[in-house]
Amino acid sequence: MNAPIPTAATDEPRVPATPPSPLWLDFWSGISANNPVFVQMLGLCPAMAVSNSLANGLAMGLATTFVLMCSSFLISAVRNYIASEVRLTSYILIIATFVTVADMVLAAGFPEISKALGPFIPLIVVNCIILGRAEAFAGKVGPTRALADALGMGAGFTFALILISGFRELLGSGSLLGFNVLGPRYEPWVFMVMPPGGFLTLGLIFLVMGWRMEHAAGRGKGAAS
Amino acid sequence: MSDLAWIFFSTLLVNNFTLAMFLGLCSFFGVTSKIDTAWRLGAANTFVLVITAVSVWLLNTFLLARTPFLRTIAFIVVIASTVQIVEMIIKKYLPVLFRELGIYLPLITTNCAILGLALFQTTRSYNLIEGIVFAFGAGLGLTLALTLMASIRERIDVADVPAMARRMGLVLVVASCLSMAFMGFAGLGSQ
Repeated sequence: MNAPIPTAATDEPRVPATPPSPLWLDFWSGISANNPVFVQMLGLCPAMAVSNSLANGLAMGLATTFVLMCSSFLISAVRNYIASEVRLTSYILIIATFVTVADMVLAAGFPEISKALGPFIPLIVVNCIILGRAEAFAGKVGPTRALADALGMGAGFTFALILISGFRELLGSGSLLGFNVLGPRYEPWVFMVMPPGGFLTLGLIFLVMGWRMEHAAGRGKGAAS
Repeated sequence: MSDLAWIFFSTLLVNNFTLAMFLGLCSFFGVTSKIDTAWRLGAANTFVLVITAVSVWLLNTFLLARTPFLRTIAFIVVIASTVQIVEMIIKKYLPVLFRELGIYLPLITTNCAILGLALFQTTRSYNLIEGIVFAFGAGLGLTLALTLMASIRERIDVADVPAMARRMGLVLVVASCLSMAFMGFAGLGSQ
């Protein structure tokens, strides 16, 4: 990493500011240590509902990232003008506005994807990740850091969706992005593209993560004793 | 089966909001450690769902016919105010429940089941009666899923579970089995 980039969080915030950190850390924490899906367990509804094919998962991830970045930036820019009693209402209105934009852009430019995702595009409004970041981060720091954080969270969410939807499409239809990967003799495991497959995939990911954590903890204990 | 009964049962069992359509998962995983709390949250959700169905019908009929692009924004404002009212009622008359539900009560606003109901009701163009029946089915379906999950988790708590499954892993696999069981109802519609 290079020298820390100066942050924009120098003006007087309403609440005690989070300790300043380089923008790169803000970005990276969203992908790894604070991954919205795998660590914070936020945004599970879209992570499972639209992850039956890689294309859908990717589109959902990008649309959410777009809304997250625009709303985080705007909320952070106007944060000193919003009274704290009405902040949640204001946040959700800002988010709903950008979701409407994303919905219309998708419907105009990519009608097939828009049809496949259906009501799950407007449902981005109630994706807890976006309101959660607005409340926990964007409402407290300057626009530059808010943007870096939103980009990281969006990337982390997209990464999780790519992982889940890739796994489900590969096993459930034997293909990736619509191209046949596993060959004509593969018998598709249709279960995986149906609702129980979504729960199962995420459950397996959590089990693997639990196993790795357990493994690391066991090794730490062994070294200490 | 008549149309209304069909709407009710298909939302309750075949297209269960939580287990088949992945709506309202936050509370499904967050508040299902005790049966009592689970079914009460289900009841609060049902109440909000029915009020939402009526308001959405009013909005769609009188306000949004000419301005469809305001739909998402209008819905979310109506839902947020409804939840605020329900919160005040529960705080006044059921203070114990209010403390138990904690953060999950205001979070009904961001429960995707509520906005999901509003959107599905719009795309399927239900009339007022159909909308209310739809909301009741969805609410009871949520309550059913929450209660089932809570009953299973109360049993898991006293069982000897491998350490790696103690976080969410096992709960998600159990949810997968529940969802699989509900897929069995899919044959209901073919009659």
